[in-house]
Amino acid sequence: MQKHLLGLEGVPREEIELILKTAFSFKEILSRPIPKVPTLRGKTIVNLFFEPSTRTRISFELAEKRLSADTVNFSASGSSVQKGETLRDTIRNIEAMKMDMVVIRHSAAGAPHFLTRCIDAAVINAGDGRHEHPTQALLDMMTLQERVGKLEGLKVAIVGDILHSRVARSNIYGLQTMGAEVAICGPKTLIPVEADQWGVEIFYNIDDAIRWADALNVLRIQLERQRTGLFPSLREYAAHFGVTRARLEAAQKDLIIMHPGPINRGIEIENDLADSEFSVILNQVTNGVAVRMAVLYLKSGVTETLE
Amino acid sequence: MQTIKYQKPERLLIKNANYLDPAEGGPRQVDVLIENGTIVRVEHAIDGVDGAETIDGTGKLLTPGWLDMHVHFREPGREDEETVKSGCAAATAGGFTGACPMPNTEPAADTRGIIEYMIAEAKGTPVDVYPIAAATKGRKGRELSEMADLIEGGAVAFSDDGVAIATAEMARRAMEYASMFDVPIIEHCEEPSMTEGGAMNESAVSTRLGLPGMPGVAEDIIVARDILLTEITGARLHIAHISTARSVELVRQAKQRGLPVTCEVTPHHFTLTDEAVASYDANLKMNPPLRTQNDVDAIIEGLADGTIDVIATDHAPHSPEEKDVEFQAAPFGIIGLETALGLIMTQLVEPGHLRLEEALHKITLAPRNILRLPHPKLAVGQVANLTLFDPKHEWTVEASRFYSKSRNTPFLGWTLRGRVHAVINKGFLWVSPDV
Ligand SMILES: [Zn+2]
Repeated sequence: MQKHLLGLEGVPREEIELILKTAFSFKEILSRPIPKVPTLRGKTIVNLFFEPSTRTRISFELAEKRLSADTVNFSASGSSVQKGETLRDTIRNIEAMKMDMVVIRHSAAGAPHFLTRCIDAAVINAGDGRHEHPTQALLDMMTLQERVGKLEGLKVAIVGDILHSRVARSNIYGLQTMGAEVAICGPKTLIPVEADQWGVEIFYNIDDAIRWADALNVLRIQLERQRTGLFPSLREYAAHFGVTRARLEAAQKDLIIMHPGPINRGIEIENDLADSEFSVILNQVTNGVAVRMAVLYLKSGVTETLE
Repeated sequence: MQTIKYQKPERLLIKNANYLDPAEGGPRQVDVLIENGTIVRVEHAIDGVDGAETIDGTGKLLTPGWLDMHVHFREPGREDEETVKSGCAAATAGGFTGACPMPNTEPAADTRGIIEYMIAEAKGTPVDVYPIAAATKGRKGRELSEMADLIEGGAVAFSDDGVAIATAEMARRAMEYASMFDVPIIEHCEEPSMTEGGAMNESAVSTRLGLPGMPGVAEDIIVARDILLTEITGARLHIAHISTARSVELVRQAKQRGLPVTCEVTPHHFTLTDEAVASYDANLKMNPPLRTQNDVDAIIEGLADGTIDVIATDHAPHSPEEKDVEFQAAPFGIIGLETALGLIMTQLVEPGHLRLEEALHKITLAPRNILRLPHPKLAVGQVANLTLFDPKHEWTVEASRFYSKSRNTPFLGWTLRGRVHAVINKGFLWVSPDV
C-alpha cells in the first residue's frame, strides 16, 4: 500500500482491488441504521480545497464523519488569492497542526505531489488540474463492478473533453490496470496529443463509440472551452457528441451510462437519459462516499479490522 | 552560496599547462608568464622567475577564456536573485571570462544607461560583460530601441529575449535596422498564441501529466519566420536556445542556402528530456521546455555537424520563494553557468558526440565570431584571457558550493566530470578552492 493517493497511474491491481473490496464493506455499513464507525477516531484530516467543488468536498467530508475523524476545512477560491503563493502559505499555516491526512483539490497539476514534499501526512488527491482525480475513477469502477460483476474485459468509452479531464486520465489508468478496455471519444481539438500512447481506442464519432462500448462515461462539457476556440458551439457539440436515446436505440444496446456530474442536461446527455434505466449516476454518488471512506481508512495507517 | 575572492597578482606563472586553442588545433605544452594581466613570455619552459605566483597546470588544459552569450543577471530589478557581480562570480567559477546578459531585466535593458551600468558593474571581476540590448523599447514589440546609441554604450546584439519580437513586421524592421551596424538579432523563438498558459513541452508526457503543453511547432514557426526575414533583409540572425528537431533542420537548410543564420543550445536541452518533468519539480520548468528524446538526438546531431554553432547556458536565476511552488505556478528557467563544463564533458565529449576542441569552439571562437568580438590569443603583449580546467575532475553538484545567488537547477546531486581550476582575465586571477 502506497502512502499517498496521488493518482491511479502506476497503482498496482492488488491495491485497487483492495480499495474496491473495502469500499463495498463500507457501503454495507452505510446502509445500517447508524452508518458510522469509530475507525478514525482521534485522527485529524485537513480538507484543502483551492477550487470550488461542492460535490467532491461534501463527499469527502461525509466519508470523514462516517469514520469519526476530526476534520479541518480550508477553502480558497482561485480568484481571491494569488496563484502559487496560496498553497505554500497555506502549508506553512497548517504545518504546525498535527494532521494525519490531507485531502487536496487544486487547479494545478502536480499540486498534491508538491504537498508531499512539504509535509509528512498522507496526501489524497481530490483532483489536480487536468491531471488526475483518483477517487472519482475508483467510484466509477466500483459502480461498474457493482453493475456488471467484473471489470476485466469490459469496454468503457469516455466521452467529451478528454484534454482537460482529470476524470478521464484516472479512469484510463485505473480501468486498464483492472483489465478493462478503454476508448476516448470527442472532438479532435479536445483529445490531447499522442493520446494513442495510452493504448486507448480513439473515436471522433459518438455512434462508433456507442457501438463499441459496454459503458459510457460522459464528461461535462464546459462552455469556457468554446471561447478558447476549441469547439464551435454547445449546439454543435450537442448535435454531434451528445448521448441521446435515439443513438442508443439505433445501436440496439443496453449501455451503462455514467457521468461525474454536474450534468449539462440536453448538452452532453439528453435530458431524460440521465434518469433512465441506462443511468447509474445516482449509484455513483453513494459509492463516492464508500470509496472515499475506503481510501481514507487504508491510507490512515489504522490496522484494526472492519466489522 | 560561496563568496568569491579574486587575486590581482603582479606576476603570475603558469607551469606545465597543455594549451588548447580551437583556432589553432592540437594541444601544446607551455609555460606562460603574465605581468599585471599582460602576457610577457610564452615558452616551453620558464624557470627562475622571482616573486611570481605560480600555478601548476600539470594534467590540466589551458584555453582561451570562454564566453557565454546567453545569461540573465537580473540587474536591474531582481537583485535578490542575481546581480551583475554575483553573475560574474558564477561565470568565473564556470570558466567563463565573458558573458552576455539578456535585456529582460526590470526595467528592460533598452537604454544606454542600463547597458553602461552593467558593463561598469563587471569592472572588479575577471569577466567581460557584453550586454545584449532590447530590440524594441520595453521588449514590447511596438517601437525599435535606439540601437545606434545602445551599440555606442556597449551592446553587442539585440533581442527581446523572454519573448520573440512580437510581430513579423517589427522583426523585419529590427533586422533591417540592426543590419546597418552588422550586429545580429538574437531571437527567442516562440509563437505566443500557441504557448499561452503552457508549462511544459506538448507531448505524450504532457498528456499523461495533465500539464498544459507548449508545442514544439510554436518554436519552429518563429524560426521559419525569421529565416525568411533574414532572406529579405540580409540581417544576421542568431536563434537562441534551439530545442526542437524541426528547428535544427530549418537552421541546417538555411545554412545550406548560405543565409547568415546561427544558433545556440543550452546544456539542459542536450541533457534532459520532458520525461524528467514527471516529478513535477519546478527546477525542470524552463522556456523553451525540455523536449523529447527525438529532439535531443537531433540537437546532438546538430552539434556534431556544426548546425548548432554555440553552447550557451541561458543561466536564469530564480529565488527559492518563486521556484519552490507547484509546477504550474513556478517561473521558467534554471541556472547554468557553474554546471556547463560538467555537462559538456559528461554528456557530449565523454560519449564521443563532440571532440573536446569542437566543444570548446562552441564556447570560445563561435560566440565571439557571431558577436564580432576578438578571440583571445596566447601571445606576448596580449591581455591574458585564459581558462584552466581539469576535464576529468569528478565532482558532485551541491547547492552550497554555488557562487550564483540562486540555486534553481535540476542537476543538484549529479556527478559530473570536468571542473574549472583557474580563470585569468583583466589582471585578475581566480583559483578554485574546490579542486
Ligand atoms: Zn529565451
